[in-house]
Amino acid sequence: MDYFLTEEQEMIVETAREIAREKIIPVRAELDEKNEFAASILEDIARADLFGIFVPEEYGGLGGGCFEIVLALEELAKGCVGVATTFAASALGIFPVLIAGNEEQKQKYLPDIAAGSRWAAFGLTEANAGSDASGIQTTAVLDGDEWVLNGTKQWITNGGEAQIYTIVALTDPSKGARGASIFIVEDGDPGFSYGKKEDKMGIRSSATRELIMQDCRIPRDRLVGRKGTGFITVMKTLDVSRPGIASLGVGLGQAALDEAVTYAKQRVQFGKPIIGFQAIQHMLADMATQVEAARALVYAAARHIDAHPKNMSKVSSMCKVFATDMAMKVTVDAVQVLGGYGYMKEYPVEKMMRDAKILQIYEGTNQIQRNVIGQELNKEYA
Amino acid sequence: MELLVCIKQVPDAKDVRLDPRTNTLAREGVESIMNPFDRHALEEAVRLKEAHGGTVTALSMGPPQAEAVLREAIACGADRGVLVSDRAFAGADTWATSYTLARAIDTIGSFDLILCGKQAIDGDTAQVGPGLAARMNLPYVTCVQKTRDVVDGGIEVERMMDDGYDVVRLPLPALLTVVKDINEPRVPSLKGKMKARKADIPVLSAADIGAEEACIGLAGSPTRVVNVFSPEPRGDRKIFTGTAEEQVDQLIEHLRDFL
Ligand SMILES: Cc1cc2nc3c(=O)[nH]c(=O)nc-3n(C[C@H](O)[C@H](O)[C@H](O)COP(=O)(O)OP(=O)(O)OC[C@H]3O[C@@H](n4cnc5c(N)ncnc54)[C@H](O)[C@@H]3O)c2cc1C
Ligand SMILES: Cc1cc2nc3c(=O)[nH]c(=O)nc-3n(C[C@H](O)[C@H](O)[C@H](O)COP(=O)(O)OP(=O)(O)OC[C@H]3O[C@@H](n4cnc5c(N)ncnc54)[C@H](O)[C@@H]3O)c2cc1C
Repeated sequence: MDYFLTEEQEMIVETAREIAREKIIPVRAELDEKNEFAASILEDIARADLFGIFVPEEYGGLGGGCFEIVLALEELAKGCVGVATTFAASALGIFPVLIAGNEEQKQKYLPDIAAGSRWAAFGLTEANAGSDASGIQTTAVLDGDEWVLNGTKQWITNGGEAQIYTIVALTDPSKGARGASIFIVEDGDPGFSYGKKEDKMGIRSSATRELIMQDCRIPRDRLVGRKGTGFITVMKTLDVSRPGIASLGVGLGQAALDEAVTYAKQRVQFGKPIIGFQAIQHMLADMATQVEAARALVYAAARHIDAHPKNMSKVSSMCKVFATDMAMKVTVDAVQVLGGYGYMKEYPVEKMMRDAKILQIYEGTNQIQRNVIGQELNKEYA
Repeated sequence: MELLVCIKQVPDAKDVRLDPRTNTLAREGVESIMNPFDRHALEEAVRLKEAHGGTVTALSMGPPQAEAVLREAIACGADRGVLVSDRAFAGADTWATSYTLARAIDTIGSFDLILCGKQAIDGDTAQVGPGLAARMNLPYVTCVQKTRDVVDGGIEVERMMDDGYDVVRLPLPALLTVVKDINEPRVPSLKGKMKARKADIPVLSAADIGAEEACIGLAGSPTRVVNVFSPEPRGDRKIFTGTAEEQVDQLIEHLRDFL
């Protein structure tokens, strides 16, 4: 379908597609097998200027928004959702600075992000605070001209690989959710270290690691936004970032569909290619329809968000739920179309099915997204 | 460091066919791409520029549509592209091509290093690089798999051999032809693509480069394609040793057997 992209957007798609084709697809199975972080691919992505697509021009970027990120991530995800997750998590990690950071912070960090010379990560989740982020226990106390952070973040994408971390910590534990603030912690800061590295079902080329802050001392000017506004910034950040995760679902679903159709045309049983069986055709037809519907919703949501409306949570959640549930279903069906071969690691759909699952879990589970949509409906129909 | 890369637009290898009547390449309806070896030559030039400063100029001789590979070169990091194009160049063999490229290079500037692909995937002769060096009176090394160092007005490179490699140091200005092992070409960048879209690609004619009519195109091409076939696997090889004079004597003696 023609989504009427601008010439610049077409170039973003083409560039990300070339990265996927030339740099990601040839090595994705090996990265998955070895649980290996794809640092050299990130350098390729940086050299192609893709890290700059959402950074304002005055900081060395190309000045795009949510939609440009969506376009790039969709193509990268066709190659490997693990690599694409690394890109998405870096964007997620720097959004708080873009949204709530002051001019000095933007000057300091955004040019490096745009150039791809430094990557970011977002540290919210803790052992006892997943869906209920208000349960975080990491604290930050001002001591003279320094903030002192204590606590452990869990399952942080790009942990140990990124150089810039945005950390959510309580500055006033008595105030609960209103007592949280966001801080920038840099690799190498005193008292900041990395803990357990996870061994995951899918997206194995993305690093997922614990962040440990033990009397971690950072300069006073690392506070992002006003004290106590941490969760407001977190919510704004996630509203803008969720369509990115949705687009990973679109790219993955498309890639699985491509594999399934290609295979169905070649595989002969009962004397004809299996695509000749209506049962297979209907499955492929449903897969294709769902991929296109998800893409249309994600693009529309991203464009809506780029227009900076007052409320974007509902559409942001809707596109995340729809596209990632789609990706799970379509990848399972792709394995089915390939039959026993689909279950084997020689064919890429096996990895795709494993990679799909995370999309329904991170950046807010799909149950939590439905809660958000439900709450918005409840308000709208008041 | 002023760098120049010679880039040929070639038919996509996936589609190459020979015209059975003329024994030449059938070019109609075949998609054109940048000669794959030249992509590596360009990448090496861009890396040398990134390391040592300077500029990268991409040069191609070909029909007007060859401009596309020059825009692609700019997207991949070249600073500018120059096309030499003229009906009078049509039918050029390697002799006429190297003459034309040499005239063009003399016209557009002076360069410390000229890079070519090892060979073009259509003509496949691997003669243009060395031919160009001879025309320009430059030292050259073919089949370079690595540029090691640029020091004291010279460059040290590794030349790929069947069993290992030679390390060769040559003074600049010089010419290199490169093999694919030399690097992993980058994907064209977004900023590069935007620059490429807007870039002015000057087109030089035979008159602009002061080319003599008798030296260009079909008129300047002594080559006649008689037959095209797949060669037999390579036979015995012989390595001569001794002083240069002794080696030449042995070679002449050896060649006499075939006359
Ligand atoms: C690979 C990976 C990478 C990650 N990367 C990051 C990162 O970079 N930064 C970061 O901060 N976090 C990250 N996370 C954490 C992720 O965002 C959380 O896992 C997620 O928010 C869910 O939290 P939980 O796993 O603790 O599940 P829980 O909150 O314990 O939920 C368990 C189950 O209960 C359901 N549930 C919980 N509450 C409700 C409710 N109110 N209504 C209905 N159902 C409910 C959930 O949907 C889920 O099915 C990552 C996680 C993984 C696995
Ligand atoms: C068997 C045979 C069939 C041929 N058929 C045809 C034909 O059908 N039609 C036709 O027009 N010509 C034909 N030619 C001529 C051939 O394409 C030319 O000789 C051409 O001049 C370059 O030679 P090459 O392709 O072997 O380049 P090579 O010597 O293999 O190229 C080495 C390097 O030189 C540089 N280079 C070569 N050509 C150019 C260029 N034009 N511009 C910039 N850089 C360049 C590149 O860096 C390239 O990597 C044929 C030649 C042969 C031997």
